Amino acid sequence: MWDHEIRAMASTHAIIAASVFMVTVLPAVFVPGFSVYGTHLLWLYLVSGVVTAVSVAVFWLLGITPPTKKHSLGYKLSRLFRSCLYFFLSCLFFHTVVVLYGAPLIESALETFSLAVLLTSLTTLRCLCVLGPNVQAWIRVFSRHGAMSVWDTCLQITVACTMVGAWLGAFPIPLDWDRPWQVWPVSCSLGAIIGFLTGLVAAPAWIHYHRKHLTYKCK
Amino acid sequence: MKGLPVLSLLLWLCSVYFVGIYLFVSGFLLVRLEVNRTSGCGDVLQPGQEPADFCRVQPRFRRVVLLVIDALQLDFARFDPGNTAPRPYENKLPVLEETVSSRPAHSRLYPFRADPPTTTMQRIKGFTTGSLPTFVDVGNNFASSAILEDNLIHQFVQTGKRVVFMGDDTWESLFPKKFHRSLPFPSFNVKDLHTVDNGILQHLYNTMVGDDWEVLVAHFLGVDHCGHRFGPDHPAMAEKLTQMDGVIRSVIDRLQNDTLLVVMGDHGMTDTGDHGGESQKETDAAVFFYSPFPLFAGPLSQSEPDVVPQTDLVPTLALLLGVPIPYSSVGQVLLPLFPPHGQTEGAVGGLSQLEALWINAKQVNRFLETYSTMAKDIPPESLSQLKDTFSQLSSEYLTTIRGGPSPSPELATSLQAYLTSVRDTCRATWAQFNPFKMAAGLAILTLACLICFILSELSFALNGENRSGLKAQVAVALTAGLCVAVCQLYTRGYIEVLWCVAAAAFSSELLFLWRARQSGVCAVAKNGSIAPKCATWLTPRRLLAPPLLVLLLRCASLLSDSYVVAEGRVVTFLVFSLALYIPVHLNWDSLLLPPSHDPLKPAGLLPSPALSPSTVRKESSTLLSCLGLLIGSLYLSLSFHSCREEQGSCQPSPFLSPLSRLQDSQLKNLHYILSVVSLGLCTYLLRCCLRHYGNLNSSGGTVFTARCILPLLSVCLGLHWAVSATPEDTFRNLTELISLAQLALPRAAFCLLGLGLFLIWLDPLTVFVKTRAEYSARGPSLPPPRYRASTGISPQAELHHLIPQIYQRMRRSLDDGELSGGSEAESRPAVEAYGLGTVYSAPLLLFCGLLGIGLLLLHPEGMALSFLLLLLEMAALLHIHASSTNLKGLQGTFSGGYNVPWTPIVLWSLAATQFFHATGHLPTFPSIQWGAAFVGFPDGHTGTTLPASLVTLNTFAAHILFAVGCPLLLFWPLVCEIRGSRGGRAFGEGGEDAVMEMRLRENPQQFSSALLQLATRYLFIHGAQVFASVCAAAILRRHLMVWKVFAPKLMFEASGFVVSSVFLLVGVTLVARVDVAVGRWFKRLIPDASR
Ligand SMILES: [Zn+2]
Ligand SMILES: [Zn+2]
Repeated sequence: MWDHEIRAMASTHAIIAASVFMVTVLPAVFVPGFSVYGTHLLWLYLVSGVVTAVSVAVFWLLGITPPTKKHSLGYKLSRLFRSCLYFFLSCLFFHTVVVLYGAPLIESALETFSLAVLLTSLTTLRCLCVLGPNVQAWIRVFSRHGAMSVWDTCLQITVACTMVGAWLGAFPIPLDWDRPWQVWPVSCSLGAIIGFLTGLVAAPAWIHYHRKHLTYKCK
Repeated sequence: MKGLPVLSLLLWLCSVYFVGIYLFVSGFLLVRLEVNRTSGCGDVLQPGQEPADFCRVQPRFRRVVLLVIDALQLDFARFDPGNTAPRPYENKLPVLEETVSSRPAHSRLYPFRADPPTTTMQRIKGFTTGSLPTFVDVGNNFASSAILEDNLIHQFVQTGKRVVFMGDDTWESLFPKKFHRSLPFPSFNVKDLHTVDNGILQHLYNTMVGDDWEVLVAHFLGVDHCGHRFGPDHPAMAEKLTQMDGVIRSVIDRLQNDTLLVVMGDHGMTDTGDHGGESQKETDAAVFFYSPFPLFAGPLSQSEPDVVPQTDLVPTLALLLGVPIPYSSVGQVLLPLFPPHGQTEGAVGGLSQLEALWINAKQVNRFLETYSTMAKDIPPESLSQLKDTFSQLSSEYLTTIRGGPSPSPELATSLQAYLTSVRDTCRATWAQFNPFKMAAGLAILTLACLICFILSELSFALNGENRSGLKAQVAVALTAGLCVAVCQLYTRGYIEVLWCVAAAAFSSELLFLWRARQSGVCAVAKNGSIAPKCATWLTPRRLLAPPLLVLLLRCASLLSDSYVVAEGRVVTFLVFSLALYIPVHLNWDSLLLPPSHDPLKPAGLLPSPALSPSTVRKESSTLLSCLGLLIGSLYLSLSFHSCREEQGSCQPSPFLSPLSRLQDSQLKNLHYILSVVSLGLCTYLLRCCLRHYGNLNSSGGTVFTARCILPLLSVCLGLHWAVSATPEDTFRNLTELISLAQLALPRAAFCLLGLGLFLIWLDPLTVFVKTRAEYSARGPSLPPPRYRASTGISPQAELHHLIPQIYQRMRRSLDDGELSGGSEAESRPAVEAYGLGTVYSAPLLLFCGLLGIGLLLLHPEGMALSFLLLLLEMAALLHIHASSTNLKGLQGTFSGGYNVPWTPIVLWSLAATQFFHATGHLPTFPSIQWGAAFVGFPDGHTGTTLPASLVTLNTFAAHILFAVGCPLLLFWPLVCEIRGSRGGRAFGEGGEDAVMEMRLRENPQQFSSALLQLATRYLFIHGAQVFASVCAAAILRRHLMVWKVFAPKLMFEASGFVVSSVFLLVGVTLVARVDVAVGRWFKRLIPDASR
């Protein structure tokens, strides 16, 4: 029934994953001195930027974003403004959460904020693309019977994977191995991105295998 | 509720745990008593002959250079010219073998065997005291690691020899202020191969050339660190050993004729570069003696020892340098270094072989006598045998000395045999892990954890059946213990109580498991509703539920030294994660927000009137704001942590130092005001809570405690802080008053605390009953009671049915603020009861609060803030639990009785560990706050029990508070219940009333099983942590950090468990006590209310 939606989802995810891959590999090959550990923040912002750009473009082209009721320019502009505001607020929110989890408050605030930007672009941005700037809908989606389309289920899976990945990424930090990837926030951002990529793969696969049992209420 | 079966079951569980812990610890932690006597020059060691000063005799050597190369394994020191392709660690020290073969009269290379535990600190203790150090050397003060036992360095210093030390800074902490000159370098960073060695090399040669020393100790760490970092089989090791080869060569070149050189390793290393255990690679190091002056009679002969035990270095060095042998040494002199009898004239001076052996044997015998009067751990039969041997040998020697026949070679041999047997006896007693005890302890602990888990999952099924079971268990346990005792008596002649207790515990555990299986099957057969429970309780899906996953992570973190070092933050992280999981999970079940109006919803599921969106929204906002409070206090509590020495750049919290140490008076005032304000806030919040639920109206003991003793205690505490913070030189004329106050105020606080706790125990009821004759007949009329005493029903049945009705009546009158009337109101006085709804939790809360303020007395003043955070976090946890239960109940998904789910209990117990750290404690011995022992006793103590218990109370304050308060988790959802949320389950006709904790009286069976479940779950969580640290200690016996991290962690975790379980029992007992009191109260009330 949703075969073509699943196929669209798989190809979307392939594009996003490929862009993440490219943005890691290409500068490493062409720009001297670029490495994931060495110039971590640069890589981090590159990934966030690419994921943001590609997601917005792909979801806009596919038309997943809920249709606006009004077509006036002002309304669209206000939606855009609200989206940007939510993006920024979500960065602050993630920053706070990460600090509360035990990240240093002042010392490496820039690193913490970069991680927050990455988490936002991997999770909140997707919510913005799929559901629009509507916090009520976001909260609704993350409940057992809250998903109303294949895309909602996909959103649940990718966001959960990213969060769990970032959470697991904090585990190696206390170990005394002195590896470059144990430096804050490398392990967490790596965990988040690996979790995100896993989610990208897992979501279409899971939906494909459970398509018989998935029932959605109409929108 | 029947409290006794629950209590006895819990008691049995705790004692099984204790047996397991004790068994393991007695096999793992080797304990030895320290003898605090020192040998002196005046000791008459040669009776009959020259009673003159022993130290004046011209010694063989004037000076000694001791080069300790850490972890110099035997294989490193050997040289095999035939080996054409040496591994990185082979053939890198050719100097030793070259010297031995080219100058056989000057040098020797022996294998040097260390005694486990083969860690550097224990080994340095070993080859300076000549004893067999264990992990716990009783008598040592835990606060510092300085050696108080008699030792070589002490003897050197006592006889006026100047000791110069350079290298591993462990020596500096072991022998503070003993060295004439000392150049310590940090030893902690294992990654750093060169700092210590290069530091030594900068000074070593200059010092050697100078003449301001008699003893020079240089401890190189590079080889050991290289092993830990790369393992022995690595080019870096070759480089390091070659460097050492050069060092030894240069030292040999600079030696003078009166100087002895000893090159030695303190222990070996395994193939992975670790050490600590008892495998041969770890214990076998090398020792190399060299003297520019001929020292040995000839080349290496057959009669020389194959292996030199490490303890033998002590008497040998002592006698060669002419100092007394340290008192508790059990080593024997190395005979080849002494001239044979009759050839002493040729040598420079010193003792002959036989004389040295005699002095040695005499010293060992003296030590053995002293030790056996102090401790009883050496088997008596071997002791008496050793004594006999010695007296026989001594008479033989004395006849030889007094101009008898020339000494037979057998005398020397038998003296050696005597010394060897003493050392072997001591080693068998002190220096071996006991793997049987460790395994048995581990098995008992495993079963105990399993039983706890089964009991907590099946408590509803098992509680009813286990009444008679306990008696059978006790009987079986006694029988098994007796059997083992008889067997031991029969085969070995004496009884080791430990094994009897172990057999008893183990057999009762097995019996319990068997019965649980049986009754589980029965329950399935009898009752279909329990069947799914039994079938599914062990599926991986259930076991990997997030709370248990968090517990699993916590246990796994105990297996890594880095995580143990960072434990405070790790636990906070886990608590934070689990706390965030609660709202996320509620939202996942669509319980967090009021359900949107959904036309598709089946009509049958009409929401009950209680389920208005506003109620749900209110509960959710309570939950979220409490979550905020919890997270805030978690974050703030991080700033009260102390620092371990392993954490390099860490600043201990400024609140940890007592006020009297602060110099800046403004800062002092600020801190004082902060502390007093938070203390006052604690007291105020407690009283507010009690007043809110109407528990302060009556006039019983508990209410008196809450009204008077609690504020008085706080005032006492505030005054005590003020007095102890005053600088000594300000109020000179008030000195006596101040010292009196320092004595009296804390003691008064202790007395008040004791009185308060006693009063709560004596009269726990906080219910205020008011009977009024006039009332207005408004409100819905109640149906008349359906049972009357006259209908022939037994009093119990009457009681059972009447209580709820009376209760509802009271409740209603309370709610309306005036009296409720009924159709039969004229015939009977209406009753109001304040505080009945919180009859169980109020005394418990007060008990907790009093204890908290009492424990605060034992802490530094700044910790008042931390205790306030603790109180807030407790409240937040309770409210989160209550609101999430309510949210579940509101939307109809509530199932089961009063059972408390895993999440809040795991949070509760993790919070105990978290506040252990947030009150400035650490699982290390140097961080124990010894100051607690002197609160109220500024002049010290005479006994040891009182200070020990004060320090224990201080250390485990958080464990105590959370364990006592644990039953609150059961009561709080009822205290905060929303009317009608449990309507479906509530008592018959008056369902929509809020009955609060009286529900528990209505279902005594469910009450007791819920309490049992709560307690077993709490025990399981703590027991699992103990189990994990026991596993860590057992598996990582050879880890570098075992004596520094894992063994202390095990001790703290085990003691924390013991304290927690004891106070959990106190909490449960208090609940049972309240239950009894409530029962009596109802009995008194019924007759005048029902007729
Ligand atoms: Zn060592
Ligand atoms: Zn080592």
